[in-house]
Amino acid sequence: MPAVSKGDGMRGLAVFISDIRNCKSKEAEIKRINKELANIRSKFKGDKALDGYSKKKYVCKLLFIFLLGHDIDFGHMEAVNLLSSNKYTEKQIGYLFISVLVNSNSELIRLINNAIKNDLASRNPTFMCLALHCIANVGSREMGEAFAADIPRILVAGDSMDSVKQSAALCLLRLYKASPDLVPMGEWTARVVHLLNDQHMGVVTAAVSLITCLCKKNPDDFKTCISLAVSRLSRIVSSASTDLQDYTYYFVPAPWLSVKLLRLLQCYPPPEDAAVKGRLVECLETVLNKAQEPPKSKKVQHSNAKNAILFETISLIIHYDSEPNLLVRACNQLGQFLQHRETNLRYLALESMCTLASSEFSHEAVKTHIDTVINALKTERDVSVRQRAADLLYAMCDRSNAKQIVSEMLRYLETADYAIREEIVLKVAILAEKYAVDYSWYVDTILNLIRIAGDYVSEEVWYRVLQIVTNRDDVQGYAAKTVFEALQAPACHENMVKVGGYILGEFGNLIAGDPRSSPPVQFSLLHSKFHLCSVATRALLLSTYIKFINLFPETKATIQGVLRAGSQLRNADVELQQRAVEYLTLSSVASTDVLATVLEEMPPFPERESSILAKLKRKKGPGAGSALDDSRRDPSSNDINGGVEPTPSTVSTPSPSADLLGLRAAPPPAAPPATSGAGNLLVDVFSDGPAAQPSLGPTPEEAFLSELEPPAPESPMALLADPAPAADPGPDDIGPPIPEADELLNKFVCKNNGVLFENQLLQIGVKSEFRQNLGRMYLFYGNKTSVQFQNFSPTVVHPGDLQTQLAVQTKRVAAQVDGGAQVQQVLNIECLRDFLTPPLLSVRFRYGGAPQSLTLKLPVTINKFFQPTEMAAQDFFQRWKQLSLPQQEAQKIFKANHPMDAEVTKAKLLGFGSALLDNVDPNPENFVGAGIIQTKALQVGCLLRLEPNAQAQMYRLTLRTSKEPVSRHLCELLAQQF
Amino acid sequence: MQFMLLFSRQGKLRLQKWYISLSDKEKKKITRELVQTILARKPKMCNFLEWRDLKIVYKRYASLYFCCAIEDQENELITLEIIHRYVELLDKYFGSVCELDIIFNFEKAYFILDEFLLGGEVQETSKKNVLKAIEQADLLQEVINSNIPRTLLQVILVY
Repeated sequence: MPAVSKGDGMRGLAVFISDIRNCKSKEAEIKRINKELANIRSKFKGDKALDGYSKKKYVCKLLFIFLLGHDIDFGHMEAVNLLSSNKYTEKQIGYLFISVLVNSNSELIRLINNAIKNDLASRNPTFMCLALHCIANVGSREMGEAFAADIPRILVAGDSMDSVKQSAALCLLRLYKASPDLVPMGEWTARVVHLLNDQHMGVVTAAVSLITCLCKKNPDDFKTCISLAVSRLSRIVSSASTDLQDYTYYFVPAPWLSVKLLRLLQCYPPPEDAAVKGRLVECLETVLNKAQEPPKSKKVQHSNAKNAILFETISLIIHYDSEPNLLVRACNQLGQFLQHRETNLRYLALESMCTLASSEFSHEAVKTHIDTVINALKTERDVSVRQRAADLLYAMCDRSNAKQIVSEMLRYLETADYAIREEIVLKVAILAEKYAVDYSWYVDTILNLIRIAGDYVSEEVWYRVLQIVTNRDDVQGYAAKTVFEALQAPACHENMVKVGGYILGEFGNLIAGDPRSSPPVQFSLLHSKFHLCSVATRALLLSTYIKFINLFPETKATIQGVLRAGSQLRNADVELQQRAVEYLTLSSVASTDVLATVLEEMPPFPERESSILAKLKRKKGPGAGSALDDSRRDPSSNDINGGVEPTPSTVSTPSPSADLLGLRAAPPPAAPPATSGAGNLLVDVFSDGPAAQPSLGPTPEEAFLSELEPPAPESPMALLADPAPAADPGPDDIGPPIPEADELLNKFVCKNNGVLFENQLLQIGVKSEFRQNLGRMYLFYGNKTSVQFQNFSPTVVHPGDLQTQLAVQTKRVAAQVDGGAQVQQVLNIECLRDFLTPPLLSVRFRYGGAPQSLTLKLPVTINKFFQPTEMAAQDFFQRWKQLSLPQQEAQKIFKANHPMDAEVTKAKLLGFGSALLDNVDPNPENFVGAGIIQTKALQVGCLLRLEPNAQAQMYRLTLRTSKEPVSRHLCELLAQQF
Repeated sequence: MQFMLLFSRQGKLRLQKWYISLSDKEKKKITRELVQTILARKPKMCNFLEWRDLKIVYKRYASLYFCCAIEDQENELITLEIIHRYVELLDKYFGSVCELDIIFNFEKAYFILDEFLLGGEVQETSKKNVLKAIEQADLLQEVINSNIPRTLLQVILVY
């Protein structure tokens, strides 16, 4: 036993703790504790008044017993007595006891509050802090009622000591979090914001937490904190590593305060004041730059503190979602971490990228890491990292990569940890539904889910596949055929029997023509599974059987025989018995017409929020479905199958079971995933070797701070090998546009911002705005590698006559782009007259000595110079008639490439640039728009009409303008968008 | 931060600090669950995990595990360094701290924690300032023990 060196020792306490530690068994320990409790009880009850020291000692013993996990139901009164002692050490123990063993006895609380009140008024900073700590530790409503009004006063009083201010700030925070109504806002709030300027770093550190919480609830009242926070942050970020003395942590200046300031800023949109914003962007860039510098220390504490700030900076950049170059840099930085040697960083990079995936500026950039993420899913040794990888794949999924991601997730499912299987199943089901282009793929995917992880396929998932098959007649035959094949397997999951039973009952007729799946074969296949199934499944199968009698009269006799069997008619389960009796009677007494009416094919299900999505949200809490909720990113995918309408009813979505089969007894939920047993509790902890432990296991005496981590080898900065001279292509012969150029161009017809191009080396982002016949475009070139690009030169080329139609002024950019850096190029654009082909953007540079070149179409199309025009129905029709020459009209009838959603269509038409006119077209489903194309030489009036036909999944688009080529060109551009 | 737990490799709880109101029963359940989960993890695994709707940040120092539960938007890495700074504070105060120091002087471990973290937020990150506060208190109790009149005490406090 070590000597109790500090403060005053309590011998009795130390002896007691030693006794407990020497107990050989749990029983012995309990016996010793009971003996002690009896002893303390008698002392407290005894006639002899206890002195302060004894009281303190016994209260401490009680505390120790409580902390061992035993219930303590007395001693509170003695602790309260200690509170009012003049001796600091007794008071301190009293407060500790009260803080740990909060008691709701109101008489006691009155006494405690009284003692606290005295200490707060004592003007003794040490006593005041003790009292404030106690309030903060308890944080109950009663305490709030008693002190919420006093603490703000202490916080902003000019004569309060720094340590008191710090405690008061956090004490108030705790009370405000627990009961905000009790904390009166007032004159103090303005002064609290100015604590951000306080000279004492500790005061600022404590105050920022309080201010952040207040900002969240009343953002407008605390707006002034933005500029103060920015300047504080700027001073820290730009300070040398030793400036802040004791607030520097392993060469990182004030990491805790920096992180808190960055979080405070996340309560607000980007600063409106340009100077403040500029200063902040500078800070953010400095942090990103510092990440590339070699570490100042090899200690993990150094890199952790530095990266904590970096991740918080990235969070703020993602929160702003308005600075494409910062977003891309953030994404590149995270990309580096994805392959970092430290598991922690890989984990956090995967986590951060999830949020980055939902930004339109960085979604494409995130997608480029798909292979790394898939690899993480396969190879990471830590389940929590694999979980993050699965989350990220889910977040980065879109139409372009859905098949790959779903198949990887299915493959992962075969070996996935039990704890996360259910969630993976839900995610696969959602992605398969959301991005299904052909429904046979969807059906295959869900059946695969059942095959691979049947136990984890919840009822929501298999209900959903039935709903979708019921609602889509193009997939019913395929579904029937596929389930029929799946049921051939000797051992198939009960969920497969349920899906198969339902689908064959509804659509078995579609495959009955094939002798291999004739009605009797279908029936005997299903019935062969019957006896192995649960009651709920058997009830479902009985319903299938009666449907078979209607679909296939030739099976009637066999099925009636089954229903008549004693095992059905006299089944102990009342549901099965009732079904057998009723179905048997129905099949005997009803005419074929009646039977056909009663057992008609199920009508389509009403479209509503996917119950699977609701389930995932419930499982993961709000924000879990963020990838799907984010309509901003991929509006066209909003309502495939009516699947994910943003209905708010996530919690109380009625279970679709009621509609499906009228099954009263819902099938039992999937077995809960097995939790890792307690058995292997200590299996692995012995095998690790930090701090060179002896194989017997470390003794508690071992010092904590012996170096635990092996020193990190400093990662050498990648240095550029001297590039071998290679012939650069001449400045004039630019290559043809890359094959995807047209597709990339199409993405920007209806929007102005986004990622134009990306490969392993380079990312090009676009931000543009147009007014009248003028436009300004910002191009952001991001170097995704760690190697500098040299001779970097992007140029804009006008093929053919374009020179006379469109003027584009470009500013030169630096010829070197550092690894991980981004440069910006500004383009001023003037539309001289109408034009058909976009200008070309040619980008050339040398990467590691090799010349690279790339030609893209610049996203400048004629519709960018649209001015929307509002007009009444009468005017519209008059003009429409005026433009009635055949060459003035262009029309296209085409098939929908995206789900037909009125809101999305509207958004696209507005993005295209025309005004949308309501109440013009007699058919409210149709869209009518008008606008003027502004060029320097002339103006072209345009009218358009879009008629969707939901049934046929077709559109008819009609354009009328005063110039023939413009009509045709606009028509072509716009038709690509739907 | 919502709570902090210190427990040994054998799963014995050495310190618990709760910054949210929970019943004793809930606290025990959470503790049991987390101790099991963390002890079952292999070394070299990452220091973070998702648990219910919280993030758990933990680290092992010799025979003791330090474990913090933080909310969704809080920063994992800085929490890891909160743990480290706390260990440093204990180390400085006890002088090469070990598990037994915390067992026998559990009240000191609580006092140090209260100076460093309050209401779940970092109050003071300077090692000097935190230890000054604690040592001042130690000094104070010796002073009181030797029955020095209060007036003198105030003088000592100023310095």
